[in-house]
Amino acid sequence: MNTILKVLKYQAKDALRSRWLIAYALFFMLITDGLLRFSGDPMKAQLSLVSVVLFLVPLVSIVFGTVYLYNAREFIELLLAQPVNRRQMYGGLYLGLTLPLALAFTVGLGLPFVLRGADATFSGSLGALLLAGVALTCVFTAIASLIAVRCEDRLRGLGAAIGVWMLLTVVYDGVVLFILAVFSNRPLEHATLGLMMANPIDIARIALLLRFDGAAMMGYTGAVFLRFFGNAQGVIVSAIALVLWVYAPVALGMRAFLRKDF
Amino acid sequence: MIEPLVRVTGLSKSFGALQALRAVSIAVRPGRVTALVGPNSAGKTTLIKSLLGLTRPDAGRIAIRGTDIDGDQQYRSRIGYMPQIARYPENLTASELICMLKDLRGPGAPLDLELVDAFALDTVLDQPLRLLSGGTRQKVNAVMAFLFSPELLVLDEPTAGLDPVSSGVLKDKILAERGGGRTFLLSSHIMNELEELADDVALLLEGRIVFGGTLDELKRITNQGTLERAIATMMRRGLLPVAA
Repeated sequence: MNTILKVLKYQAKDALRSRWLIAYALFFMLITDGLLRFSGDPMKAQLSLVSVVLFLVPLVSIVFGTVYLYNAREFIELLLAQPVNRRQMYGGLYLGLTLPLALAFTVGLGLPFVLRGADATFSGSLGALLLAGVALTCVFTAIASLIAVRCEDRLRGLGAAIGVWMLLTVVYDGVVLFILAVFSNRPLEHATLGLMMANPIDIARIALLLRFDGAAMMGYTGAVFLRFFGNAQGVIVSAIALVLWVYAPVALGMRAFLRKDF
Repeated sequence: MIEPLVRVTGLSKSFGALQALRAVSIAVRPGRVTALVGPNSAGKTTLIKSLLGLTRPDAGRIAIRGTDIDGDQQYRSRIGYMPQIARYPENLTASELICMLKDLRGPGAPLDLELVDAFALDTVLDQPLRLLSGGTRQKVNAVMAFLFSPELLVLDEPTAGLDPVSSGVLKDKILAERGGGRTFLLSSHIMNELEELADDVALLLEGRIVFGGTLDELKRITNQGTLERAIATMMRRGLLPVAA
């Protein structure tokens, strides 16, 4: 436990001073502030932010994460030459990457709302938006760590990172739409729900859109989703699905890290 | 003969089709400088990394003072390591790095900061590491290896990238610490430097130890006056195993 915290402390210190991370926080601050100014309505601003968060948080988390870990390669070797345990070391590296990113996102998106005076009517949905962004950060840094440990070649690793992001952001939805179109004469609402659960970005998207009353836009499928996500059971299932999306890559990455030859 | 500090027995490691180490056995004697010599990709770094637990050997054993190293990581608190490449988190300072290692190692003996003065590093300790030149980072690297006054120092190409003055400072430090009873395992391609520092030589060729013994012995059996020529002779003899 101790090693995790020690590695986390210094790695977070390093990452929080990174220009890229500061730029990431500033970007969210600017866009949030801009949307608040131009729409004049915090709810509308939040609805626009949903797309930005779903698009950008996974991309930045996975790319920043992979690049950061590849650059830290020699440093990780030096740390492993100290009397530390590899398991805890990996935990420290993962958290030291995830927490600064999550913090930059939370501050970047949250601060403009706070400065304009948080209001009870929209603080609930703001909380959901922040929670979804942090959850996506955790998922995609976990995938980034797995890639950086498994793939020796940094160019291929970076390619894999962008590939995973493209797959989950663009390709996956295309495939789902294709399936829905091909089997359009059958009731697929529950199958769709299953497909959505298999993609962390979709889980976050649906959970957020339903909070913003977007269900009306989705017709009958929307109604099924609303019934599912609207009750405690659905929330628990989607939360479990997201936790699994963090756990699986962390566990696989840990396994590879324990056996890795540096 | 005194018990060796490190005894490596039958160590083998392959990376895919590449056989990096083939049944390597060496003994590092305490209070002496053992030079690890060999051409590029002879297996020197793999051997060093196996000793540090960074690489898992396929077969063989490594024991420090008679105790096998696998399983427990605590043995590494006796080792100071200076890697070949000095790349650190860009936004940390050298003092933060030193603090980090101190935190990871836990409380212990007072820190040996002699090299900070000798290299005149005190002015750059609080600058972000990304601003430091390669040579300066290499000096920070050296400071960190000696920091905890370890029993064994493993130095991988320690003077590569250092200017003559700094390289002299480091060599003086190595000799002084050896005089104080510390043990060194160091790899280098600079033969003059090894001539100055080494007591024992282990020559690796294509993953095999072709010579292991004292520097004088090596010169005697090859009939050569300098280490450089002695090594060249051994390498020409190729992979014929030589009893040391």
